[in-house]
Amino acid sequence: MSVLVYTESEKGKFKKSAFEVASYAYKVAQDLGTSVTAVTFNANEAASLGEYGISKVLQISDEQLATFNAKAYASALAQAAEAEGAKVIIVSSSADSKFLAPILTAKLNTGYVPNVVAAPESTSPFVVKRTAFSNKGFAHTEISADVKIIGVSNNAFGAVENSTSAAVEDFSPSLADDAFTTKSVEVDKVAGKVSIADADIVVSGGRGLKGPENWGMVEELAEILGAATACSKPVSDMGWRPHSEHVGQTGKPVASNLYVAIGISGAIQHLAGINASKVKVVINNDPEAPFFKAADYGIVGDAFEVVPKLIEKLKEFKAQNA
Amino acid sequence: MKILVCISNVPDTTSKINFTEGDTKFDTNGVQFVINPNDEFGLTRAMWFKEKQGAEVHVATVGGVQTEPTIRKALAIGADEAIRVNAEPTDGFFVAQQLAEVVKNGGYDLIIAGRESIDYNGGMVPGILATLLDMNFVNTCINLEVDGQNATAIREIDGGKEKISTSLPLVIGGQKGLVEESDLRIPNMRGIMMARKKALNVVEPVDASQPTQDQKFEKPAPKGPVKLVDADNVGELVDLLHNEAKVI
Repeated sequence: MSVLVYTESEKGKFKKSAFEVASYAYKVAQDLGTSVTAVTFNANEAASLGEYGISKVLQISDEQLATFNAKAYASALAQAAEAEGAKVIIVSSSADSKFLAPILTAKLNTGYVPNVVAAPESTSPFVVKRTAFSNKGFAHTEISADVKIIGVSNNAFGAVENSTSAAVEDFSPSLADDAFTTKSVEVDKVAGKVSIADADIVVSGGRGLKGPENWGMVEELAEILGAATACSKPVSDMGWRPHSEHVGQTGKPVASNLYVAIGISGAIQHLAGINASKVKVVINNDPEAPFFKAADYGIVGDAFEVVPKLIEKLKEFKAQNA
Repeated sequence: MKILVCISNVPDTTSKINFTEGDTKFDTNGVQFVINPNDEFGLTRAMWFKEKQGAEVHVATVGGVQTEPTIRKALAIGADEAIRVNAEPTDGFFVAQQLAEVVKNGGYDLIIAGRESIDYNGGMVPGILATLLDMNFVNTCINLEVDGQNATAIREIDGGKEKISTSLPLVIGGQKGLVEESDLRIPNMRGIMMARKKALNVVEPVDASQPTQDQKFEKPAPKGPVKLVDADNVGELVDLLHNEAKVI
């Protein structure tokens, strides 16, 4: 019996979420009186997971798995889970994790709960707290299946150091040809830009910015903060910004540490989508905008005056704290 | 091509969410139910396949009789036939097992489901369904073309998109992007009249496991008042974010 965790990497380097899920897995293992085994796919420095409480790593090095393939990865994880006799499997809330977890659930004929925001409330019965109703509520959900799969929300548990030494073993899952009947043809990713899912800080613009030509200052603010850029639904519907930046109930959910909304009034669907963010700042010239009721900090003022000033002040702050 | 669009009956996106019966149930009082938005993008794409490629389009839902107005709306938009599995959708694995039975009996080539329902947000039905049926699967699908048995899909990934080549039979977890918001259709009177004559077949559920149970719900803690910073004193915001909120 052990806890298994899928630690994601990109181009060999662990993603931030890998350390978060590893930390979460360590907490669950402690509650259950067992240890954690991580599974890595073509990752470098697998032993570094020991810093987050991982005592064993099953390291998969396979050219066929160089690009993410949900079915093949799920098959490999299922084999690792069986080899380890895993009772709990931890994944993240990345697009890849949400793609493979249901496949893994069906393969192992078990129970899966995504969007989990805290360590299990109890392990017998096994109950976890998760977001529901698109962040307008929480559910306390029991997993009664023998094996439990948990998808941990981004930024919910955090990376917690628990230095252990990790034994790294090579693991070679057997993958049949039918694991590769969906093929990646092309990956289109803006290099050097942090994604909304991975970002600690998200800077978002709304209709109050009047047009796509005014996004320069949003991007500049995001760059200073090391943030991802996002937008409201009307902005993406009007084609000012790509769909991939649309955050809200029907767009991407945001669970960042800091969310800065510029010229966004705060429709209920938008607020639902960003509600899991820890600190919310709103800049809007309408003091009656609903966003002020949802935000922690606010500035009532013209974004075209406030944002350049904020950029200046942040530059000064960065210079002092560099 | 025979397409099944899986539809979830969910509270309208503007709904206020409340719980009842000692916070063990969602309070449906005064709530308007609609086709799950992610499913509606898929249904609209299915209409495109019907009109351009002669596809036959069925819709299926797992739910009680109260879901029928939502199913009728899907028929009014243009689906040819509907199936309702008469069971409460309390668990994603349970729902996927019911839909798998519908697919086996209907012989579908393409199954379009939403990435997730906007109520319970499980996001697992399409992936489990595909795996139970041993079909190909593409999640967070924002574009889909079908040419004979070959399918080309684009899926949204964190920070970008990925083009995928696969084949039928195929299940997708769809979302906005499959069609644009402006492509969504409001049923017209003729559609609504025709929908009344279309078949809505009610089937009883098969025995299936329910590996998860929602025990209790809660609403997010009420938010304290916003701290306002003067527009002429933006430096104070930087100070608050650094020293008080500790996020920069």
